[in-house]
Amino acid sequence: MTTEDMATETEAQHDEAEEESLISTDPGKGGLDENAERGGVTSGKTVIRSRDLDVFYGETQALQHIDLEIPENQVTAMIGPSGCGKSTFLRCINRMNDLIDIARVEGELTFKGKNVYDDDVDPVALRRRIGMVFQHPNPFPKSIYDNVAYGLRTQDKTENMDEVIEESLKKAALWDEVKDRLDESALDLSGGQQQRLCIARAIAVDPEVVLMDEPASALDPIATSQIEDLIEELSEEYTVVIVTHNMQQAARISDKTAVFLTGGELVEFDDTDKIFENPESQRVEDYITGKFG
Amino acid sequence: MSNEGQTPDLTGDRGFRTVRESTYRYALAGCAVLSVLTTVSIIAVLVLDAADFFSVVPIAEFLTATEFSASEPTTFGVLPLALGTMLITIGAAVIALPVGLLTAIYLSEYATERTRSVLKPMLEVLAGVPTVVYGYFAIVYITPALNVVIGWLNGALGLGFPNLGLFNGLSASLVVGIMIIPMVSSISEDAMSSVPDSLRQAGYGLGATKFNVSLRIVVPAAISGIASSFILAISRAIGETMAVVLAAGSQPPDIPAVQSAFGIPYVAPGDLIGLYTESSATMTVAMINIASGDISGGSTAYKSLFAIGLTLFVITLAMNVVSDVVASRYREEYE
Repeated sequence: MTTEDMATETEAQHDEAEEESLISTDPGKGGLDENAERGGVTSGKTVIRSRDLDVFYGETQALQHIDLEIPENQVTAMIGPSGCGKSTFLRCINRMNDLIDIARVEGELTFKGKNVYDDDVDPVALRRRIGMVFQHPNPFPKSIYDNVAYGLRTQDKTENMDEVIEESLKKAALWDEVKDRLDESALDLSGGQQQRLCIARAIAVDPEVVLMDEPASALDPIATSQIEDLIEELSEEYTVVIVTHNMQQAARISDKTAVFLTGGELVEFDDTDKIFENPESQRVEDYITGKFG
Repeated sequence: MSNEGQTPDLTGDRGFRTVRESTYRYALAGCAVLSVLTTVSIIAVLVLDAADFFSVVPIAEFLTATEFSASEPTTFGVLPLALGTMLITIGAAVIALPVGLLTAIYLSEYATERTRSVLKPMLEVLAGVPTVVYGYFAIVYITPALNVVIGWLNGALGLGFPNLGLFNGLSASLVVGIMIIPMVSSISEDAMSSVPDSLRQAGYGLGATKFNVSLRIVVPAAISGIASSFILAISRAIGETMAVVLAAGSQPPDIPAVQSAFGIPYVAPGDLIGLYTESSATMTVAMINIASGDISGGSTAYKSLFAIGLTLFVITLAMNVVSDVVASRYREEYE
């Protein structure tokens, strides 16, 4: 992996240029997307960057001074023991924490150079560009077709909807299994199929980033490996940020790994190979080798 | 065996406890049987006396005659009474179903914990107001107020709405509608609150607005509970008596003239709406009138009570069955 240069020098200029309006309710694609080097780990652009990010739930501090840079079109994994704040960080990125009354975010978290916690940012517009897949498959109690169509209808992207839905289901490796029963309830699918449907639903609206919160933790091993394959494919087109408590999973599918440890601290963030083979921090090594957590 | 030592005494006060437990058991079962027996006897009385009535007045006549009069000369057509019930019920539903549902959406999706904890009990107080108070309120305040509004509309817009009579279906519909709003909002709110939060999160994650999530995700997922609340509320409106007898009077509505266009019979909508300005006795109101009038115990008029009662029972039973079917059809859909 040749990622040494990423996340260091080039973003500053990019950030300014890429700052786009998150205020509009119907954001178009980023103007500079064409310039991005798509599909390779050599692309060093930072899509999401946090600086000195603190999150509190009431009096409890869930994240402490997080500095992190998430590169474009790669899979970034967040690992760590339960309660270490990795999911909290994920939910800061698309402001899902807004839905929790007692959550309070301080510091800076930028998406393509724009601080998503600025007053003029509309979380709805932000979430239209940063999709999310949850821990438990949560299809709507609607048909398979309507599940994927929901986001498209919500975002007024109903042009060529049938094709977009087919394409999304194909990308989620689900099309062959459901093409003959698109009008059946999504709840009749197996857990793994439901989760792939949720992925199809998330990518149908063409987001730039896909956040995944332990997407395979409720699934059996076969369904898990299907999801993992899928994530690797998705990273060719999307920036993927995945939270997992399964270290092997992180090692298998991610390019970069962030290790959070108890207390909401980001202990180490580096290339996945480095983290798993030669971590700098003793605590990370202890965690990875299973001495605790 | 040998190395287990002395066995412990586990008998306790077993004899006494057995007696006590079976006493509880029979006392509880007795209570359950009591209500079942009551229901069965009521149905039996209804059916037997109604059968007596139908041996004098044929069912066909009861169901098709267009007038109802319990005093000489008697005619026992249930149609005008059914029309009265229909008018009040539809009027009440038009008010209560949308308002109740929107209230439920507000309470479940928009209101803060604090607002909800104040508003919900207040709404439930509405359900606790004696219905006779609603009737009194209608006749003393609502009808005169509606007449002022109608007069103002006629004056300002040059329209020719008729004024409301002292007893009228409109104010009765209004108060019955208000009366059943808490039923709709409370049951619908419970149904929406039990929609898992993960579905809302999925919606927000896709960039949906709060209103979109409420309307396109939560309401459809809670549809079985919402439908049940509608049906229960409508059943309640059908059976409501005190408020209606005070507000809508004891004169059944006239069956409007049936017209015909291209061989299809119809009733002019204006004629139907016009019925709301006049007295609109319902089935239950007619029963009150018969029961409180001076009719002799064994007369046909007396027996007609049971025929109307049976009709009402069949209607509400049908509503309950529909409600059960709807609820079970969609139950656990999101689980």
